[in-house]
Amino acid sequence: MKLFKLLILVLFAAVLLYASLDLPYRGGSDNLMNAERSITDTPVIGNYAIQEAYNDAHTPNMVTVILGDYRSIDTFGEQIVIYTAGLITLLVLRRKRRRKTK
Amino acid sequence: MRSKHHSPIVLLGARLLSPYIMVFGWYVIFHGHYSPGGGFQGGALLAASILLIRVSGGRIISRMQLQEYLNTPLAIIGVFIYFLTGITAMLAGGYFLDYGQLPIPGMEPYWLRYTGILIIEVGIGLTVMAILVMIYDNMVKGEDYG
Amino acid sequence: MVDFITGHYAYWFTLSLLCVGLYGIIFKRNLVKKVIGLAIFQASVVLFFVSIASKWDATVTVIDKNIPVEQVESYLNPLPHTLMLTAIVVGVATLGVAFTLLIAIYNRYGTLDEQELLEKIQ
Repeated sequence: MKLFKLLILVLFAAVLLYASLDLPYRGGSDNLMNAERSITDTPVIGNYAIQEAYNDAHTPNMVTVILGDYRSIDTFGEQIVIYTAGLITLLVLRRKRRRKTK
Repeated sequence: MRSKHHSPIVLLGARLLSPYIMVFGWYVIFHGHYSPGGGFQGGALLAASILLIRVSGGRIISRMQLQEYLNTPLAIIGVFIYFLTGITAMLAGGYFLDYGQLPIPGMEPYWLRYTGILIIEVGIGLTVMAILVMIYDNMVKGEDYG
Repeated sequence: MVDFITGHYAYWFTLSLLCVGLYGIIFKRNLVKKVIGLAIFQASVVLFFVSIASKWDATVTVIDKNIPVEQVESYLNPLPHTLMLTAIVVGVATLGVAFTLLIAIYNRYGTLDEQELLEKIQ
Protein backbone atom coordinates (compact mmCIF):
# COMPACT_ATOMS: atom_id res chain seq x y z
CA MET A 1 0.00 0.00 0.00
CA LYS A 2 2.80 2.40 0.83
CA LEU A 3 4.65 1.44 -2.35
CA PHE A 4 1.57 2.31 -4.39
CA LYS A 5 1.32 5.77 -2.80
CA LEU A 6 5.04 6.41 -3.36
CA LEU A 7 4.68 5.39 -7.00
CA ILE A 8 1.83 7.88 -7.52
CA LEU A 9 3.88 10.72 -5.98
CA VAL A 10 6.99 9.99 -8.03
CA LEU A 11 4.97 9.66 -11.25
CA PHE A 12 3.22 13.02 -10.63
CA ALA A 13 6.52 14.81 -9.97
CA ALA A 14 8.16 13.26 -13.06
CA VAL A 15 5.32 14.29 -15.40
CA LEU A 16 5.38 17.89 -14.12
CA LEU A 17 9.18 18.10 -14.39
CA TYR A 18 9.06 16.89 -17.99
CA ALA A 19 6.38 19.49 -18.79
CA SER A 20 8.36 22.32 -17.20
CA LEU A 21 11.32 21.84 -19.54
CA ASP A 22 9.21 23.19 -22.39
CA LEU A 23 7.98 26.42 -20.78
CA PRO A 24 9.41 29.73 -22.08
CA TYR A 25 12.15 31.56 -20.20
CA ARG A 26 10.87 33.51 -17.20
CA GLY A 27 10.95 37.27 -17.81
CA GLY A 28 12.04 37.22 -21.43
CA SER A 29 11.25 40.28 -23.50
CA ASP A 30 9.81 38.38 -26.46
CA ASN A 31 7.22 36.27 -24.59
CA LEU A 32 3.82 35.94 -26.18
CA MET A 33 2.27 37.17 -22.92
CA ASN A 34 3.87 40.61 -23.07
CA ALA A 35 3.42 41.23 -26.79
CA GLU A 36 1.65 44.20 -28.35
CA ARG A 37 -0.82 42.28 -30.46
CA SER A 38 -1.65 38.58 -30.40
CA ILE A 39 -1.27 36.04 -33.22
CA THR A 40 -4.72 36.73 -34.64
CA ASP A 41 -4.21 40.55 -34.51
CA THR A 42 -6.30 41.42 -31.44
CA PRO A 43 -5.06 43.64 -28.55
CA VAL A 44 -3.46 41.78 -25.62
CA ILE A 45 -4.78 42.70 -22.17
CA GLY A 46 -1.39 43.24 -20.45
CA ASN A 47 -0.23 46.05 -22.73
CA TYR A 48 -3.68 47.61 -23.03
CA ALA A 49 -4.10 47.79 -19.25
CA ILE A 50 -0.69 49.43 -18.69
CA GLN A 51 -1.25 52.14 -21.30
CA GLU A 52 -4.93 52.98 -20.82
CA ALA A 53 -5.53 52.62 -17.05
CA TYR A 54 -4.69 56.21 -16.14
CA ASN A 55 -6.74 57.69 -18.99
CA ASP A 56 -9.84 55.72 -17.98
CA ALA A 57 -9.97 56.21 -14.22
CA HIS A 58 -7.20 58.66 -13.08
CA THR A 59 -5.88 56.03 -10.66
CA PRO A 60 -2.16 55.22 -10.39
CA ASN A 61 -2.72 51.63 -9.21
CA MET A 62 -3.32 49.40 -12.24
CA VAL A 63 -4.40 46.30 -10.28
CA THR A 64 -7.27 48.19 -8.60
CA VAL A 65 -8.48 49.51 -11.95
CA ILE A 66 -8.57 46.03 -13.48
CA LEU A 67 -10.22 44.47 -10.41
CA GLY A 68 -12.77 47.24 -9.88
CA ASP A 69 -13.53 48.54 -13.35
CA TYR A 70 -12.68 46.12 -16.16
CA ARG A 71 -13.54 42.95 -14.22
CA SER A 72 -16.03 44.14 -11.63
CA ILE A 73 -18.50 41.28 -12.09
CA ASP A 74 -15.77 38.76 -11.09
CA THR A 75 -15.26 40.69 -7.86
CA PHE A 76 -19.01 40.67 -7.22
CA GLY A 77 -19.14 36.88 -7.67
CA GLU A 78 -16.23 36.52 -5.25
CA GLN A 79 -18.07 38.50 -2.60
CA ILE A 80 -20.97 36.05 -2.97
CA VAL A 81 -18.47 33.16 -2.46
CA ILE A 82 -17.20 34.62 0.84
CA TYR A 83 -20.75 35.27 2.04
CA THR A 84 -21.77 31.67 1.22
CA ALA A 85 -18.79 30.26 3.14
CA GLY A 86 -19.84 32.26 6.20
CA LEU A 87 -23.42 31.02 5.93
CA ILE A 88 -22.22 27.39 5.73
CA THR A 89 -20.51 27.68 9.12
CA LEU A 90 -23.73 29.10 10.56
CA LEU A 91 -25.93 26.30 9.26
CA VAL A 92 -23.73 23.23 9.90
CA LEU A 93 -22.92 23.84 13.56
CA ARG A 94 -26.27 24.02 15.26
CA ARG A 95 -26.93 22.73 18.76
CA LYS A 96 -30.61 21.93 18.84
CA ARG A 97 -30.50 18.19 18.09
CA ARG A 98 -26.98 17.39 19.29
CA ARG A 99 -28.01 16.24 22.76
CA LYS A 100 -29.92 13.24 21.42
CA THR A 101 -26.82 11.17 20.56
CA LYS A 102 -25.22 11.67 24.01
CA MET B 1 -4.50 23.03 26.71
CA ARG B 2 -6.90 25.76 27.75
CA SER B 3 -6.26 26.86 31.33
CA LYS B 4 -8.94 28.26 33.56
CA HIS B 5 -7.13 31.54 34.28
CA HIS B 6 -6.44 34.06 31.54
CA SER B 7 -2.99 35.56 31.41
CA PRO B 8 -3.08 39.32 32.09
CA ILE B 9 0.16 40.05 30.25
CA VAL B 10 -1.14 38.79 26.91
CA LEU B 11 -4.37 40.72 27.42
CA LEU B 12 -2.46 43.95 28.14
CA GLY B 13 -0.41 43.64 24.96
CA ALA B 14 -3.48 42.94 22.84
CA ARG B 15 -5.39 45.88 24.31
CA LEU B 16 -2.51 48.23 23.44
CA LEU B 17 -2.17 47.01 19.84
CA SER B 18 -5.76 46.55 18.69
CA PRO B 19 -6.83 50.19 17.97
CA TYR B 20 -3.69 50.88 15.90
CA ILE B 21 -4.24 47.82 13.74
CA MET B 22 -7.82 48.95 13.07
CA VAL B 23 -6.70 52.45 12.02
CA PHE B 24 -4.06 50.92 9.74
CA GLY B 25 -6.76 48.69 8.21
CA TRP B 26 -8.93 51.70 7.29
CA TYR B 27 -5.82 53.43 5.87
CA VAL B 28 -5.09 50.45 3.58
CA ILE B 29 -8.71 50.43 2.29
CA PHE B 30 -8.85 54.13 1.49
CA HIS B 31 -5.38 54.32 -0.10
CA GLY B 32 -6.05 51.47 -2.52
CA HIS B 33 -5.79 53.95 -5.41
CA TYR B 34 -2.26 55.18 -4.73
CA SER B 35 -0.36 52.21 -3.25
CA PRO B 36 -0.75 48.41 -3.16
CA GLY B 37 -3.82 47.57 -1.11
CA GLY B 38 -7.55 47.74 -1.63
CA GLY B 39 -10.64 46.05 -0.31
CA PHE B 40 -9.58 42.49 0.51
CA GLN B 41 -6.32 43.35 2.22
CA GLY B 42 -7.91 46.05 4.40
CA GLY B 43 -10.76 43.74 5.36
CA ALA B 44 -8.32 41.06 6.54
CA LEU B 45 -6.46 43.62 8.70
CA LEU B 46 -9.70 44.83 10.30
CA ALA B 47 -10.68 41.24 11.13
CA ALA B 48 -7.23 40.66 12.67
CA SER B 49 -7.71 43.58 15.06
CA ILE B 50 -10.99 42.15 16.38
CA LEU B 51 -9.81 38.52 16.59
CA LEU B 52 -6.82 39.57 18.73
CA ILE B 53 -9.13 40.53 21.60
CA ARG B 54 -11.36 37.48 21.15
CA VAL B 55 -8.51 35.01 21.39
CA SER B 56 -6.73 36.58 24.37
CA GLY B 57 -9.59 37.94 26.46
CA GLY B 58 -12.48 35.55 26.67
CA ARG B 59 -16.15 36.04 26.00
CA ILE B 60 -17.15 38.76 28.51
CA ILE B 61 -14.40 41.20 27.55
CA SER B 62 -14.79 40.72 23.80
CA ARG B 63 -18.52 41.51 23.94
CA MET B 64 -17.58 45.09 24.85
CA GLN B 65 -15.92 45.54 21.45
CA LEU B 66 -18.26 43.91 18.94
CA GLN B 67 -21.42 41.97 19.80
CA GLU B 68 -21.90 38.54 18.30
CA TYR B 69 -25.26 39.14 16.67
CA LEU B 70 -23.93 42.12 14.63
CA ASN B 71 -21.91 39.98 12.23
CA THR B 72 -24.64 38.94 9.79
CA PRO B 73 -26.19 42.44 9.36
CA LEU B 74 -22.74 43.92 8.63
CA ALA B 75 -22.07 41.32 5.92
CA ILE B 76 -25.47 41.95 4.29
CA ILE B 77 -24.84 45.73 4.29
CA GLY B 78 -21.51 45.18 2.49
CA VAL B 79 -23.10 43.08 -0.27
CA PHE B 80 -25.94 45.58 -0.65
CA ILE B 81 -23.58 48.55 -1.16
CA TYR B 82 -22.03 46.74 -4.15
CA PHE B 83 -25.38 45.65 -5.56
CA LEU B 84 -27.07 49.06 -5.21
CA THR B 85 -24.20 50.77 -7.04
CA GLY B 86 -24.73 48.39 -9.95
CA ILE B 87 -28.50 48.84 -10.00
CA THR B 88 -28.18 52.66 -9.84
CA ALA B 89 -25.86 52.63 -12.84
CA MET B 90 -28.31 50.42 -14.75
CA LEU B 91 -31.34 52.60 -13.95
CA ALA B 92 -29.49 55.72 -15.16
CA GLY B 93 -29.07 54.23 -18.61
CA GLY B 94 -25.90 52.14 -18.87
CA TYR B 95 -24.80 48.56 -18.35
CA PHE B 96 -24.78 46.84 -14.96
CA LEU B 97 -21.82 48.27 -12.93
CA ASP B 98 -20.97 50.91 -15.53
CA TYR B 99 -19.67 53.73 -13.33
CA GLY B 100 -19.64 56.32 -16.08
CA GLN B 101 -23.40 56.83 -15.82
CA LEU B 102 -23.79 57.36 -12.06
CA PRO B 103 -26.10 60.35 -11.36
CA ILE B 104 -23.66 62.58 -9.44
CA PRO B 105 -23.80 66.18 -10.80
CA GLY B 106 -20.80 68.10 -12.07
CA MET B 107 -18.11 65.45 -12.67
CA GLU B 108 -16.36 64.27 -15.80
CA PRO B 109 -16.48 60.53 -16.67
CA TYR B 110 -13.07 59.61 -15.24
CA TRP B 111 -13.82 61.18 -11.84
CA LEU B 112 -17.08 59.25 -11.76
CA ARG B 113 -15.16 55.98 -12.25
CA TYR B 114 -12.75 56.99 -9.47
CA THR B 115 -15.69 57.51 -7.08
CA GLY B 116 -17.35 54.26 -8.12
CA ILE B 117 -14.23 52.19 -7.38
CA LEU B 118 -13.92 53.88 -3.96
CA ILE B 119 -17.51 53.02 -2.98
CA ILE B 120 -17.20 49.34 -3.81
CA GLU B 121 -13.87 49.00 -1.97
CA VAL B 122 -15.59 50.08 1.26
CA GLY B 123 -18.33 47.50 0.68
CA ILE B 124 -15.83 44.70 0.10
CA GLY B 125 -13.88 45.59 3.27
CA LEU B 126 -16.99 45.45 5.46
CA THR B 127 -18.07 42.06 4.12
CA VAL B 128 -14.67 40.41 4.49
CA MET B 129 -14.30 41.66 8.09
CA ALA B 130 -17.75 40.46 9.17
CA ILE B 131 -17.41 37.01 7.60
CA LEU B 132 -13.93 36.26 9.00
CA VAL B 133 -15.09 37.14 12.54
CA MET B 134 -18.29 35.11 12.04
CA ILE B 135 -16.36 31.94 11.04
CA TYR B 136 -14.39 32.13 14.31
CA ASP B 137 -17.49 32.82 16.42
CA ASN B 138 -19.39 29.83 15.08
CA MET B 139 -16.48 27.48 15.66
CA VAL B 140 -16.20 28.26 19.40
CA LYS B 141 -19.91 28.43 20.11
CA GLY B 142 -20.15 25.24 22.13
CA GLU B 143 -17.27 25.77 24.53
CA ASP B 144 -17.52 27.65 27.79
CA TYR B 145 -14.62 29.85 28.79
CA GLY B 146 -13.99 33.29 30.21
CA MET C 1 23.28 25.97 -20.28
CA VAL C 2 23.51 28.75 -17.69
CA ASP C 3 20.77 30.61 -19.58
CA PHE C 4 18.55 27.54 -19.35
CA ILE C 5 18.99 27.23 -15.58
CA THR C 6 18.49 30.98 -15.03
CA GLY C 7 15.25 30.92 -16.97
CA HIS C 8 13.77 27.83 -15.35
CA TYR C 9 14.84 27.62 -11.69
CA ALA C 10 11.68 29.36 -10.42
CA TYR C 11 9.50 26.59 -11.86
CA TRP C 12 11.53 23.91 -10.02
CA PHE C 13 11.18 25.66 -6.65
CA THR C 14 7.41 25.85 -7.13
CA LEU C 15 7.34 22.17 -8.13
CA SER C 16 9.15 21.12 -4.91
CA LEU C 17 6.63 23.04 -2.78
CA LEU C 18 3.81 21.32 -4.66
CA CYS C 19 5.32 17.91 -3.92
CA VAL C 20 5.56 18.75 -0.19
CA GLY C 21 1.84 19.57 -0.17
CA LEU C 22 0.95 16.40 -2.06
CA TYR C 23 3.03 14.30 0.37
CA GLY C 24 0.98 15.72 3.23
CA ILE C 25 -2.34 14.86 1.57
CA ILE C 26 -1.45 11.28 0.64
CA PHE C 27 0.78 9.96 3.42
CA LYS C 28 -0.57 11.35 6.70
CA ARG C 29 -3.32 9.60 8.68
CA ASN C 30 -4.76 12.46 10.70
CA LEU C 31 -7.42 14.57 8.98
CA VAL C 32 -6.12 17.95 10.23
CA LYS C 33 -2.70 17.29 8.73
CA LYS C 34 -4.33 16.55 5.37
CA VAL C 35 -6.05 19.94 5.40
CA ILE C 36 -2.73 21.64 6.17
CA GLY C 37 -1.25 19.86 3.11
CA LEU C 38 -4.10 21.29 1.00
CA ALA C 39 -3.21 24.82 2.18
CA ILE C 40 0.44 24.37 1.18
CA PHE C 41 -0.70 23.12 -2.26
CA GLN C 42 -2.80 26.26 -2.84
CA ALA C 43 0.07 28.52 -1.77
CA SER C 44 2.39 26.94 -4.34
CA VAL C 45 -0.08 27.52 -7.18
CA VAL C 46 -0.41 31.22 -6.24
CA LEU C 47 3.39 31.52 -6.17
CA PHE C 48 3.69 30.02 -9.65
CA PHE C 49 1.26 32.47 -11.22
CA VAL C 50 2.90 35.52 -9.63
CA SER C 51 6.36 34.39 -10.75
CA ILE C 52 5.49 34.18 -14.45
CA ALA C 53 4.37 37.82 -14.56
CA SER C 54 7.89 39.20 -14.13
CA LYS C 55 10.18 41.09 -16.50
CA TRP C 56 13.88 41.95 -16.12
CA ASP C 57 14.54 45.41 -14.59
CA ALA C 58 10.86 46.27 -14.17
CA THR C 59 9.15 48.02 -11.27
CA VAL C 60 5.89 47.31 -9.42
CA THR C 61 2.47 47.90 -11.02
CA VAL C 62 1.91 51.40 -9.56
CA ILE C 63 2.52 54.28 -11.98
CA ASP C 64 5.65 56.25 -11.06
CA LYS C 65 5.98 59.93 -11.91
CA ASN C 66 9.49 59.59 -13.40
CA ILE C 67 8.77 56.63 -15.71
CA PRO C 68 6.35 57.39 -18.57
CA VAL C 69 3.53 54.97 -19.26
CA GLU C 70 4.44 54.39 -22.93
CA GLN C 71 7.64 52.60 -21.81
CA VAL C 72 5.95 49.25 -21.37
CA GLU C 73 9.11 47.22 -20.62
CA SER C 74 9.54 48.81 -17.18
CA TYR C 75 6.17 47.84 -15.66
CA LEU C 76 5.12 44.35 -14.62
CA ASN C 77 2.17 42.61 -16.24
CA PRO C 78 -0.79 43.34 -13.95
CA LEU C 79 -3.18 40.57 -14.99
CA PRO C 80 -1.83 37.53 -13.00
CA HIS C 81 -1.68 39.62 -9.81
CA THR C 82 -5.38 40.44 -10.17
CA LEU C 83 -6.40 36.83 -10.73
CA MET C 84 -4.39 35.65 -7.74
CA LEU C 85 -6.19 38.06 -5.39
CA THR C 86 -9.37 36.15 -6.17
CA ALA C 87 -7.60 32.79 -5.75
CA ILE C 88 -6.28 33.66 -2.27
CA VAL C 89 -9.74 34.64 -1.02
CA VAL C 90 -11.29 31.46 -2.42
CA GLY C 91 -8.59 29.47 -0.60
CA VAL C 92 -9.49 31.11 2.71
CA ALA C 93 -13.19 30.27 2.23
CA THR C 94 -12.32 26.63 1.39
CA LEU C 95 -10.24 26.25 4.58
CA GLY C 96 -13.07 27.69 6.69
CA VAL C 97 -15.59 25.20 5.33
CA ALA C 98 -13.10 22.29 5.71
CA PHE C 99 -12.51 22.98 9.40
CA THR C 100 -16.26 23.33 10.02
CA LEU C 101 -16.83 19.88 8.52
CA LEU C 102 -14.03 18.45 10.69
CA ILE C 103 -15.74 19.76 13.84
CA ALA C 104 -19.04 18.17 12.76
CA ILE C 105 -17.27 14.81 12.13
CA TYR C 106 -15.62 14.90 15.58
CA ASN C 107 -18.93 15.65 17.30
CA ARG C 108 -20.59 12.70 15.57
CA TYR C 109 -17.95 9.92 15.61
CA GLY C 110 -15.49 10.91 18.34
CA THR C 111 -12.28 10.34 16.37
CA LEU C 112 -10.26 12.12 13.69
CA ASP C 113 -8.13 9.23 12.50
CA GLU C 114 -8.58 7.89 9.00
CA GLN C 115 -8.47 4.12 9.70
CA GLU C 116 -10.78 4.26 12.74
CA LEU C 117 -13.26 6.37 10.80
CA LEU C 118 -13.43 3.85 7.98
CA GLU C 119 -14.17 1.08 10.52
CA LYS C 120 -16.80 3.08 12.37
CA ILE C 121 -18.76 4.07 9.30
CA GLN C 122 -19.36 0.46 8.15
